[in-house]
Amino acid sequence: MLEEQQSVIVKTVARLLVPFIQLFGLYVIIHGHASPGGGFQGGVILGSSFILLSIAYGIDEVKRRLPLAALTVFTSLGVFLYAGIGMICVLWGANVLDYGVLPFEQPRSMGMLGIEIGVGITVMAVIVSIFHDLITFE
Amino acid sequence: MKFVHLIATGVTGLLLVFGTVDMPEFGDPASPASRHVSPRYIEESLAETEVPNMVTAVLADYRSYDTLGETTVIFTAALACLLILRGKRKED
Repeated sequence: MLEEQQSVIVKTVARLLVPFIQLFGLYVIIHGHASPGGGFQGGVILGSSFILLSIAYGIDEVKRRLPLAALTVFTSLGVFLYAGIGMICVLWGANVLDYGVLPFEQPRSMGMLGIEIGVGITVMAVIVSIFHDLITFE
Repeated sequence: MKFVHLIATGVTGLLLVFGTVDMPEFGDPASPASRHVSPRYIEESLAETEVPNMVTAVLADYRSYDTLGETTVIFTAALACLLILRGKRKED
């Protein structure tokens, strides 16, 4: 069903909306530690923008812009970033994920921003990956 | 036989409702759940974590290890979908 060519209205609206949806998703991730939001919510918004693109233009268009290999790398990169920040804290002599020792202006705030970005990358890649796997099955 | 199911469901429902009668009011500050760590989070989280968002402070700092587990669960879900759904199946 998704192979069918969508009407020009759907295509135009999707093309206009996708940049704003992605910008809002990035805002929700980046601002997650200071206002309502966070990695999970922002990642889902980012992933839904790619789903909208694949509904309007087909999954091949999304695969051309975001290759499957990159998607798989992103899926593990977020978890790696999260666990990596935890291990960096260990290297600086604190417990796992105890951000207080990081060499920044506001270490705890920056540590939280880092793990929110990691969660956002993983959730975005997971949403798009599962969607792709489901609609291309058999 | 249908009546037995109906009676069993009704009795279980009544027992569950009876169990909730003496629970504390919703949002009661004197309830046991609100007296343990909640005051500490509300009063100290801004000074301890330098983050104005209390929810994120709990999620990403006090209980960061739990959130790492959540992220790993989502990662595992994507991995399982990839292994089951993607690629050609071997014919039996």
